[in-house]
Amino acid sequence: MTDSKYFTTTKKGEIFELKSELNSDKKEKKKEAVKKVIASMTVGKDVSALFPDVVNCMQTDNLELKKLVYLYLMNYAKSQPDMAIMAVNTFVKDCEDPNPLIRALAVRTMGCIRVDKITEYLCEPLRKCLKDEDPYVRKTAAVCVAKLYDISSSLVEDQGFLDQLKDLLSDSNPMVVANAVAALSEINESSPTGQPLVELNTNTINKLLTALNECTEWGQVFILDSLANYSPKDEREAQSICERITPRLAHANAAVVLSTVKVLMKLMEMLSGDSDFCTTLSKKLAPPLVTLLSSEPEVQYVALRNINLIVQKRPDILKHEMKVFFVKYNDPIYVKLEKLDIMIRLASQANIAQVLSELKEYATEVDVDFVRKAVRAIGRCAIKVEPSAERCVSTLLDLIQTKVNYVVQEAIVVIKDIFRKYPNKYESIISTLCENLDTLDEPEARASMVWIIGEYAERIDNADELLDSFLEGFADENAQVQLQLLTAVVKLFLKRPAHTQALVQHVLSLATQDSDNPDLRDRGFIYWRLLSTDPAAAKEVVLADKPLISEETDLLEPTLLDELICHISSLASVYHKPPTAFVEGRSAGIRKSLPARQGSDDAVAQEATVIPSQETLIGDLLTMDIGAAVPAAGPPAQPASTGIDLLGGGLDSLLGGPPTEPASVAAPTTTGLLGDIFGLTTAPAMYTPPKTCWLPAEKGKGLEIWGTFSRRSGQITMDLTFTNKAMQAMNNFAIQFNKNSFGVAPGASLNLGVLQPGQSIENNLPLTTNGPVQRMEPLMTLQVAIKNNVDIFYYACQIPIQVLFCEDGQLDKRVFLTTWKDIPAANEVQYTIHNIKGNADAVASKMTHNNIFTIAKRNVEGQDMLYQSLKLTNNIWVLLELKLQPGVTNATLSLKSRSVEVAASVFQAYESILNN
Amino acid sequence: MSSSAIYILDVKGKVLISRNYRGDIDLGVIEKFMPLLMEKEEEGLLTPILQTSECTFAYIKTNNLYLVSTTKKNANIALVFVFLHKVVQVMTEYFKELEEESIRDNFVVIYELLDELLDFGYPQTTDSKILQEYITQEGHKLEIQPRIPMAVTNAVSWRSEGIKYRKNEVFLDVIESVNLLANANGNVLRSEIVGAIKMRVYLSGMPELRLGLNDKVLFESTGRGKSKSVELEDVKFHQCVRLSRFENDRTISFIPPDGEFELMSYRLNTHVKPLIWIESVIERHAHSRVEYMIKAKSQFKRRSTANNVEIVIPVPGDADSPKFKTTVGSVKYAPEQSAITWTIKSFPGGKEYLMRAHFGLPSVECEDNEGKPPIQVRFEIPYFTTSGIQVRYLKIIEKSGYQALPWVRYITQNGDYQLRTN
Repeated sequence: MTDSKYFTTTKKGEIFELKSELNSDKKEKKKEAVKKVIASMTVGKDVSALFPDVVNCMQTDNLELKKLVYLYLMNYAKSQPDMAIMAVNTFVKDCEDPNPLIRALAVRTMGCIRVDKITEYLCEPLRKCLKDEDPYVRKTAAVCVAKLYDISSSLVEDQGFLDQLKDLLSDSNPMVVANAVAALSEINESSPTGQPLVELNTNTINKLLTALNECTEWGQVFILDSLANYSPKDEREAQSICERITPRLAHANAAVVLSTVKVLMKLMEMLSGDSDFCTTLSKKLAPPLVTLLSSEPEVQYVALRNINLIVQKRPDILKHEMKVFFVKYNDPIYVKLEKLDIMIRLASQANIAQVLSELKEYATEVDVDFVRKAVRAIGRCAIKVEPSAERCVSTLLDLIQTKVNYVVQEAIVVIKDIFRKYPNKYESIISTLCENLDTLDEPEARASMVWIIGEYAERIDNADELLDSFLEGFADENAQVQLQLLTAVVKLFLKRPAHTQALVQHVLSLATQDSDNPDLRDRGFIYWRLLSTDPAAAKEVVLADKPLISEETDLLEPTLLDELICHISSLASVYHKPPTAFVEGRSAGIRKSLPARQGSDDAVAQEATVIPSQETLIGDLLTMDIGAAVPAAGPPAQPASTGIDLLGGGLDSLLGGPPTEPASVAAPTTTGLLGDIFGLTTAPAMYTPPKTCWLPAEKGKGLEIWGTFSRRSGQITMDLTFTNKAMQAMNNFAIQFNKNSFGVAPGASLNLGVLQPGQSIENNLPLTTNGPVQRMEPLMTLQVAIKNNVDIFYYACQIPIQVLFCEDGQLDKRVFLTTWKDIPAANEVQYTIHNIKGNADAVASKMTHNNIFTIAKRNVEGQDMLYQSLKLTNNIWVLLELKLQPGVTNATLSLKSRSVEVAASVFQAYESILNN
Repeated sequence: MSSSAIYILDVKGKVLISRNYRGDIDLGVIEKFMPLLMEKEEEGLLTPILQTSECTFAYIKTNNLYLVSTTKKNANIALVFVFLHKVVQVMTEYFKELEEESIRDNFVVIYELLDELLDFGYPQTTDSKILQEYITQEGHKLEIQPRIPMAVTNAVSWRSEGIKYRKNEVFLDVIESVNLLANANGNVLRSEIVGAIKMRVYLSGMPELRLGLNDKVLFESTGRGKSKSVELEDVKFHQCVRLSRFENDRTISFIPPDGEFELMSYRLNTHVKPLIWIESVIERHAHSRVEYMIKAKSQFKRRSTANNVEIVIPVPGDADSPKFKTTVGSVKYAPEQSAITWTIKSFPGGKEYLMRAHFGLPSVECEDNEGKPPIQVRFEIPYFTTSGIQVRYLKIIEKSGYQALPWVRYITQNGDYQLRTN
């Protein structure tokens, strides 16, 4: 006998029939009737008309019947709030039933009925159930507090349920503890202030860690997830938590494993990176992560998305595990694509051969998206692992020979990037590419091909014909192809002006007259003005050296990555987006960030070398919070379109000066720069670079900041100019720095007062060098956060290293000599300085003003040798030898230091000091 | 933090049964699930997580059913998926087969189960043995009201008290699956052993068990480094095993659940010679015929024998008129899978067999690219483990002091065993 018979009632007066059955005197008949009602409800029929009759069946000692009536109540109470009140009495009575199963059932169901009138009556029974003698009732009541909080947070706070819930954290029963933790975490997450309502302390953490060993697998996840929100007070506590949760990595439940990984990844931030403990911990993480790849495909997918984060944060953990990410034929497509992504992240010179042969294999598969991604991956390998570029290119050529349309197109797109990265190296393959011109029908591939033709116009004999053939259908092309065509033809003209004038005129008129795309028109007009005003300048602009393209194209921005690490195993970690991006309202919760490492300067955290422009969170660069809560990220700042910029006043400065550094060429709005320049010429003082724009007004919601660093009589200051370009006054300014390579920190608070609209204020902020230290990449980067009444803004700037040169940087001659010998030759770096003016003495005196001290001067075979030393604020000594030849403006600089990382910055300092 | 509601849908997306846990998302949102799934599938962007403006769907598919969980928070999604699979497991243990029919036949119990499995989106009791003690299919026959088994809230949440057997017995199966991926040139790209120790426990009372393996870490720490031992790369345990104890001194100690369960699984990356090696020569004569020469080699000890060896060789979808020639076993063509299966009932170690197949190809070539599915091998080798793992002892202590004997069985079989072809 099965339940399916309840679905088969076909009589006409069904509701009426059921009504009479529900009111029958026979218990058995009643129960059958309720089952029929539930069956109708299940298939989506509206049986709410039977509400009073079903509620009448509620008072029964038959558990099965009771459960069904409760289920009915949960579904329909909201639509019949007035009648739902009829059920309250029974609920309250059931909460006192001798059978704990019924007590729990009643309190569980009551919490699910979101009707105000019922909620009022819930408090007393709930209070009792929280103290029930049976753990089953207590664990159900604990969750019920979270339910009540969801309906009315004030009720929970006023009635003291939070304290009762907190007491349950010390319950003798692990299951009760686990549910209490889950409820508390939920309440904390949705707290309206963004501040946790109940803070965990060392004591409770210890209780949780004890319960962790005894509760169910799900309870372990609740406890681990709440541990992830706790910040230990010091490294020792962090280490002890790590020790106690590490055994969970051997749990069969993948959710337990991932939550453990989350807590460990977070706490490892607090451990010094070179400790044995940390190294062992890293080693212990790899095997469980690999094993996750043998779980169900959906779990694999979640694991892979998380591994993607872990590989970016701590590349060492899985660097030897490349093979486990090899794609299997029967993997679902979403698993394949994720594996591919991780393979590229792990690709290195050591394993590139294997990776390439795999990628080539994948490129012959059937699934178009997968094949495309595989081809793209080959290109990314070429850019990432330089020695492999040649093999990658030949692999791509092989693939082009297959003539599979989408493979060819994808290959051309990535070859364009390879050309960008290695200019003038592989142009021999251009002819092969040109053979496939006709088959390209995707905009990105066409645009890439056009770019290649324009870039190498001087080497492609029939470049003009090729481009001309594209122009025929100019109007029908996609916008990106049109833009590339325009630029390519202008490049062609600048490189081979002889026969291409007609062509360039044609394309300019197409772009400026026939097109209604503003970007295209603007670009057309700029080229036109440039070409007609000053062809030489046009050449400099259009054919300028291109900035290098980054190795890793899709690294997550570091702070976002850190935030996501705190969200391992959650949806955020799968989306690679912070919860604020997809969770509405207050339930988005508190922004999470990794804990700060304490006083160690050998941070192993790998910082991204290139920060790709993320759509969201441009501002959220730093892991610090000024004041209390960090608000959710504002709307993404729109990057200024270069076209608009050029058309404005920028055009003139562009024509006037070298186009590569518009920021330093454009005159700042204040007198700060002039003052500095005068200061330099009147009295010989330390060289201070001119102020540059650190925070443009469009990113600072109207606040513009220009600044530079200077050092006056041993005091480092950050010289800032604040300008308010918004419509209203700004106040409550505050400043904070992120950890940085030299521990630079504000030495005073930022005292600006009120900044009126249109007003500019100068501020010289004294700095100290005893702040927290963390190696930055590039070394001299300083990430700054400025807060005012409007928002918090983040920017990064470069500290000129000379402000860190100490006044007591002069070494004794003998000490210099022995130190120079002691430092191994591997630590010597050489550099050539161009355009030196003045003789050795002038140079020496100029250097002395900047705390670079000349120890000795010698003349060897007509060359002046200057031996110099300097000391950085963190006691790194740098020894230098400067070789000058009279009459020759180039000088050779040799540097030796135990910390040779500073070399590049020191060379830069020499350049700027000597050239100013 | 977890599920807002759970749905079970049929293959067309019709809701068979659902349970709303948090009431923060309209139940009707499920109407969007199927269209969204189809759309993503079309775009080739299908993932087990689908996002809409109102909520996130996380789903798994089993036996033509979709189990869907909704959430609008930043849920612990790993937990959601593990839980959904657990639901399938519990229901399968309840109804033998989880399918459309069994859901209709048992909807009352399913509602009860859904109520007990999850509370406000937080998973609660998911052990079907324990659940079966108080949520029964014949509820109406019971005159006495069911009570909550102690186990529900006990530290030992997987075993009830008062279990009695006349004969106390334990069966241990050590099953090793070999995963292999080899490329067309005959190079092994990846080989891995995934082992599992499965138990069937028929013991009375609350027995304490301790399992001893020839674990290398344990042997080295106790000064038996020279004895033959196995280095387990990663071990995963059933929740009954005391993990801290294992972390401390590698002791595997536990109170087992009653009946059948998987005690532990382990993984080894050691490079072993592929147990069954396949060499294939495929000659394709476009528009006329394709010929296969398949050589199968058993590369394990002569005294072991592989049973039920099946070698599945993919062939083009438009191939016809198959002809086979082989010295051993039988060959079958399965056109619906575009593959031939060569079956060898008994394959002793150190042997080599050959099979030739011949197919006709149509003169008009099929347009769509078919890809290159790999050759797959299935086999089973009893009384043998690739890793050399050994059960040294299984100690059983119960306060009543009964004697119980463990029975141990070893078996090696194929896991994901793929050899790519040209």
